[in-house]
Amino acid sequence: MTHLIQLHEFDGGIHPPENKRQSNSRPIRKASLPSELVLPLHQHIGAPANPVVAVGDTVLKGQVIAEPEGFVSAPLHAPTSGKISAIEARQVPHASGLSETCIVIEPDGEDTWVEHQGLCDALGLDHCDDIPVDKLLERIRDCGIAGMGGAGFPTAVKLNTGKHKIDTLILNGAECEPYITADDMLMREHASEVIRGAQILLQILGAERCLIGVEDNKPEAIAALDDALVQHNEEHHIDVVTIPTKYPSGGEKQLIQILTGKEVPSGGIPASLGIVCQNVGTAAAIADAVDFGRPLISRITTVTGDAVRDKGNWEVLLGTPVSHLLSLSGYRPAKRERVVMGGPMMGFALPTTELPVVKTTNCLLAPTEKELPTNNPAMACIRCGLCADACPADLLPQQLYWFSKAQEFDKAEQHNLFDCIECGACSYVCPSEIPLVQYYRFSKGAIREERAAAEKAEQARIRYEARIERQEREKAEKEAKRKARAEAAAKAQSVKKEAPAAKASPVAEPAANADLEKLQKQLAAAQAAVAKTKEKLEAAREDPEKADKIPAFESALAKTQDKIKTLAKDIAAAKKAAKSAPAAPGPDKGDPNSPERLQKKWETAAARLETARKRLADAEADGADTVDALRAGVEKQEARVAEAKAAYEASLNSDASASTGASLETAVSNNAGTDNTSAEMVAAKPNPEQLQKKLLAQKDRVEKAKERLEMARAEGLDSVEALEKALNKQLDKLAAFEAQASTTGEV
Amino acid sequence: MSTIIIAIVVLASLAALFGALLGFASVRFRVEGNPVVDQVNDLLPQTQCGQCGFPGCKPYAEAIADGEKINKCPPGGESTIQALADLLGVEPEPLDAEHGAEKDVPMVAYIREDECIGCTKCIQACPVDAILGAAKQMHTVIVDECTGCDLCVEPCPVDCIDMVPQSTDTSSWYWQAPTTGVELIATDRRSLKTEAHA
Repeated sequence: MTHLIQLHEFDGGIHPPENKRQSNSRPIRKASLPSELVLPLHQHIGAPANPVVAVGDTVLKGQVIAEPEGFVSAPLHAPTSGKISAIEARQVPHASGLSETCIVIEPDGEDTWVEHQGLCDALGLDHCDDIPVDKLLERIRDCGIAGMGGAGFPTAVKLNTGKHKIDTLILNGAECEPYITADDMLMREHASEVIRGAQILLQILGAERCLIGVEDNKPEAIAALDDALVQHNEEHHIDVVTIPTKYPSGGEKQLIQILTGKEVPSGGIPASLGIVCQNVGTAAAIADAVDFGRPLISRITTVTGDAVRDKGNWEVLLGTPVSHLLSLSGYRPAKRERVVMGGPMMGFALPTTELPVVKTTNCLLAPTEKELPTNNPAMACIRCGLCADACPADLLPQQLYWFSKAQEFDKAEQHNLFDCIECGACSYVCPSEIPLVQYYRFSKGAIREERAAAEKAEQARIRYEARIERQEREKAEKEAKRKARAEAAAKAQSVKKEAPAAKASPVAEPAANADLEKLQKQLAAAQAAVAKTKEKLEAAREDPEKADKIPAFESALAKTQDKIKTLAKDIAAAKKAAKSAPAAPGPDKGDPNSPERLQKKWETAAARLETARKRLADAEADGADTVDALRAGVEKQEARVAEAKAAYEASLNSDASASTGASLETAVSNNAGTDNTSAEMVAAKPNPEQLQKKLLAQKDRVEKAKERLEMARAEGLDSVEALEKALNKQLDKLAAFEAQASTTGEV
Repeated sequence: MSTIIIAIVVLASLAALFGALLGFASVRFRVEGNPVVDQVNDLLPQTQCGQCGFPGCKPYAEAIADGEKINKCPPGGESTIQALADLLGVEPEPLDAEHGAEKDVPMVAYIREDECIGCTKCIQACPVDAILGAAKQMHTVIVDECTGCDLCVEPCPVDCIDMVPQSTDTSSWYWQAPTTGVELIATDRRSLKTEAHA
């Protein structure tokens, strides 16, 4: 019992002569094997498939020969068993007449199937009604099924409706274009597969109902479908709906409008209305794939037109050359005749008949010139408005024509050019025979090209800006590194310069001044400082301007000399103390020689001496045997006390000398850091050999600096100035060393 | 007399009010940067080829905003000049031949990889980082990113870079516009048709 479906109507549309009787009066015939099959890798919308066979490979019927590349793509299967004879660019059935990569198979005539089985058996399920949806989708994708109505959109992708909840499945059996009867014959002869496909699709989509729309000019097909419905016991879910014949009721959007009254929004997809539309051929292919594991390797194609004798439908393997099919149909080409792939309204003339049948080839039309005259030269638009009446998409074809002709693409877009389904109704009714659709196709292509160019320009801009940014960042990083290096070098330099002062000052630190190590360091620092001050003294002696500073330098030298002497004494004392009080424990191990600590030691030693003396006195009074031992102990303790006292006093002395050092230091820095030299001459003279070595090294350096300068000058580099400065510095140093060496020699 | 004073007071206060409003708006809705530069830059083809004499499309856009001539961009050609003229409200001028001629088809660079010595000079020259490679390794052009600017051709020491026209495939091909100019009156049409048949 079929439901009562309220039919709606879309605006516009035309009633061209149907011309279907010629080809639907005889059953589908099976086309024979051609001598070669040419399979373009790009038979669907999306990315071309990727070949997985090599030339010379033997393939079986149904074997995968190309894998899908990306999500929107479909695999390709060998339509028969045979050998891969070539993988090369061949002309493909496309309006452009361009070449694309094709896999060429030379059939072996055996037609041996690859191992294949239905999905239910493959999964080992008991009930074939509950195959998981993802398995079904996977099977549909693996079998390379793409929309067989004409566009060739990969079916698995279309069935992946994402967030949209689908309530209605529509099977498109309208076949509204004149001449074509492929779907008509399929529905008549394979109605059961169509219904089975509908069942599978309903399961995948989770839809409640399915509407199969068939134009009322196919009563046999409708009857066959109804019978199949009863057979499958599916009358409650699936309805075969007879719709009035009108072109283009087979357009997806138009059929949806007829069956549901809903209009697919501009730029939207039917899924947003809860509807998915599939061709009946696709449904049959899905049934074959799921139930028998047969991939999409053949299709039903109408061969018709007055130029062929045997008009009818063929079950033809994909890749079969058009010429083969035409010769089977008794094609008698006359002069100026052409073969159209597709119907008379939307098809395109083939540049040659040596092109293969592909997944979307529903019809080969070989009309005589009388039957389908070539376009007459277009006349001027008379603004009759017939095109607007005929437009099924409710557009304004006339306006679109003007804008396309004037290449005012933005205006054409504003007039919803992209909602045009290129059905050709406007061109058909145009009394001036203006090829309107060609204008729209051109405009669409030009706009798409413009968009692609804009996208590419945007991409180029982003990459260019990223590059500029990267270059600037790299430059800044380099600069920062260079700066860091320069700073580090400057720091090192300043540390060197400040070393004497910095090393002299720790003497003033009260906590550290008795530390032996520190004392030694101080001594070394003072000695090193002497070298510098001496240089300055020398310089001052040579420079008359600085002559007044000489006495100051000399007194500073004398002071430093004294300081070094005291330091030496302190060190000796500290060493003694360290030796004499080695056991001295305490938390502040770090500074065992501080005066406080030494004082304490001295005091404890003295206290112990007192107790020892008391014990001795007691023992003597008692006349004990231990008197001798105690006496020895007292004597030892006395020695210790003396030692501790000496150490304490020594440390006090060093303290005092440190303060003198500090005051000296202040005096020195008052002299703009020019003084603490001369002690070297007295106390810490570096040996002449070392000086000699230094002198030689410095001479070397000067030589090198000179060389570099010469080179830089010869090459005219910017670094000449810097190198000159460096050379001068090195020369200064050399002079200083020489002076030092001479003084040392004198001393 | 008082009416005049009232009028003056009212007008003055209104002027002050609107002045304050405008002042506030100019601060509150201040547009950063020069929007004209961005608009001009959007119209330029972004090949970054430097044929205009500026080191890229953005600098040229800035120069145009400062009054530079708009006819110095050969990759953009007449259509870009027209678009710039429309945007800036100036007269479109023919393309300045000094900066090169407009190419009919978009070009892309192609490196003859056998001959490449891996000097990285072209990589440094490419303004959009469309050349892939490393020192002493073969380089290759990422065709999708190449703007066809020619800048890599000059620095190549072994001249192994060609500029080849971008090929059309079935996905980039589109119908051409019907040839116009043959719109005839009915009688002419009949004679033309018989001619064609004969």
